[in-house]
Amino acid sequence: MRLERRHEGSRAALVLAPVGAIAFTLAVSALLVLWAGAPVGRTYVLLFEGGFGSVFAWSETLTRAIPLILTGLAATVAFKARLFNIGAEGQLFAGALAAVAVGGMHGGTGFELPNWLLFPLMMLAAAAAGALLLLGPALMKNRLGVDEVVTTLLINFIMLLGVSALLDGPMKDPAAMGWPQSVSLQPDLELGKLIAQTRVHTGLVWAVSLAVIVWAIFKHTVLGFDIRATGANARAAAFAGVPVTRTVVVAVALLSGALAGLAGAIEVAGRTSYVTLDMSPGYGYTGIVIAMLAGLHPLGVIAAGVFVAGVLVGADTMSRAVGVPTYIADVIVAASLIAVLVATLLTQYRVRMR
Amino acid sequence: MSDVLDILANPAFWIAVLRIATPLVLGTLGVLLCERAGVLNLGIEGIMVAGAFTGWLAVYAGAPLWAGVGVAALAGMVFGLLHAFLTVGLALSQHVSGLGITLLATALSYFGYRVSFPKVDTPPTITPFAPMEWLPVPVLNAQTSLTLFALLLVPAVAWVLYRTPLGLAVRMAGENPQAAESQGVSVAATRTGAIVAGSALMGVAGSFLTLSAFNAFFFNMVNGRGWICVALVVFASWRPGKALLGALLFAFFDALQLRLQQSGDAVLPYQVYLMLPYLLSILALVLVARKASYPQALMKPYRKGER
Repeated sequence: MRLERRHEGSRAALVLAPVGAIAFTLAVSALLVLWAGAPVGRTYVLLFEGGFGSVFAWSETLTRAIPLILTGLAATVAFKARLFNIGAEGQLFAGALAAVAVGGMHGGTGFELPNWLLFPLMMLAAAAAGALLLLGPALMKNRLGVDEVVTTLLINFIMLLGVSALLDGPMKDPAAMGWPQSVSLQPDLELGKLIAQTRVHTGLVWAVSLAVIVWAIFKHTVLGFDIRATGANARAAAFAGVPVTRTVVVAVALLSGALAGLAGAIEVAGRTSYVTLDMSPGYGYTGIVIAMLAGLHPLGVIAAGVFVAGVLVGADTMSRAVGVPTYIADVIVAASLIAVLVATLLTQYRVRMR
Repeated sequence: MSDVLDILANPAFWIAVLRIATPLVLGTLGVLLCERAGVLNLGIEGIMVAGAFTGWLAVYAGAPLWAGVGVAALAGMVFGLLHAFLTVGLALSQHVSGLGITLLATALSYFGYRVSFPKVDTPPTITPFAPMEWLPVPVLNAQTSLTLFALLLVPAVAWVLYRTPLGLAVRMAGENPQAAESQGVSVAATRTGAIVAGSALMGVAGSFLTLSAFNAFFFNMVNGRGWICVALVVFASWRPGKALLGALLFAFFDALQLRLQQSGDAVLPYQVYLMLPYLLSILALVLVARKASYPQALMKPYRKGER
């Protein structure tokens, strides 16, 4: 088997590849639905309706999409420069903790700041916390050649244990009836609702705006050019005068980590108002899938984030109705990732069997 | 301090060390085989879940224990073949393919568990491997034959790698694929074989958890052990003997933190002790990084006739 580069790539193929790959995944996953003993057609209809079939479904899907778009952006920025940041999960928790640390100081501490100052401080602290968590692995990669995949992964475990210790101890809400949850944000620091009587909050505006900003950075700034050049070929980029170390280490790590940190802060400010260990069912890891589904395109991340969120939300409804385990959503998401990668490759190369 | 000495003097401690080390030895050898042939396999975390689940399910359905181990190896091979197709056949990013396989294998296993046991709250159990009480060696006779298998596999893998033409082909595929090809070695076939064999070991590593260490399948039971294996291979400089040493050292500290935590007079929150294995892995990576001698072609896709 060998690969030959296609000379004429068509734009239609680029859009059709992910669509075809997802259709293929759904067809294969039908076998699992049959195994679970449910009717395939009805299961998929329920899955779709549960994610996109009503105003309520859309509101839940969009709510779920907010952290996913942000962690998807975090992965996109890093992967573009070939910094494999698998630590968005830990960075999300770091951001959430920082947000609560800044915005959860209730009266009586003698330390009062006006909200117009406290809110940006809270977001900045969250971004900084996420960024700092990635700076270590990025520096270790650059200075010592330590593979960042392993270090960022291991830091996720350390971070989660750290959160657990803090929620048992210093940051535990004494009013939480013994549940391990942090103190709450001051109510006036919480994000407003985007649609009344649903859970969709203005974090969606943040997520979409940040996607546009990241797209603009890639498209229109020197930094964006440097990131793309470094990702394409770090050695050639360095030779051409791109400050690779500064670009990759500082800019990419800070930007990617900050986005993941903001994901945590926005979840806290928009949805939960406090930190718990289960506030993220692996948003950091799902963000990687979203970035890949989007072909590392910042605006594509919005679509991919909404798609994945819809599958996850729809699976809950579907599972209640026909009893197919919700894990089918994770199977569909993971299999889509692999299928999209293969499909995208086939738009660029043709396979010759020999 | 005397606490620590008490712990070290207790054979139960060393029994725990060897038990904790077993899946790490198997998994690390699996990663080592893949990487020696030039392919990173981050599918390990998910492949271990799949091995733990399928091996346990087979035994639960009535298969003998060793057949369960075989089923786990087979599950590993299937995912290994997928990884080989994506990374060797299609030359996709080894990082991304591996992560995709971890997500897929984990999701499939959890799905399979829920479909097989929709309404159970307490996980169903099997009768796991029994300890080898007939062995006249203390500590080892408290282990199961799967541990003995893992220990014997270390010299076996070393022998294959350094003393056979097959091992030479694997190492060449990882160091200098062009040279390998010029010697008539098929890099694609060698890499595929190494990934499939390595992934089989990862499946067996997972099955140790359900068929020997515990007697049931739990969600999150692999809990990062696969990632630690990836770190241990670097620590071991891609050598089987050092991989065993690393796994034992690692298990030593893991068992020690468990005991310190249980001894009741732990000064720090228990989570800090649980962090130790992960902190240790990072420390090991940093310490070894400067002298690490990566297989030269690791993570570089090889296409015939291209440079």
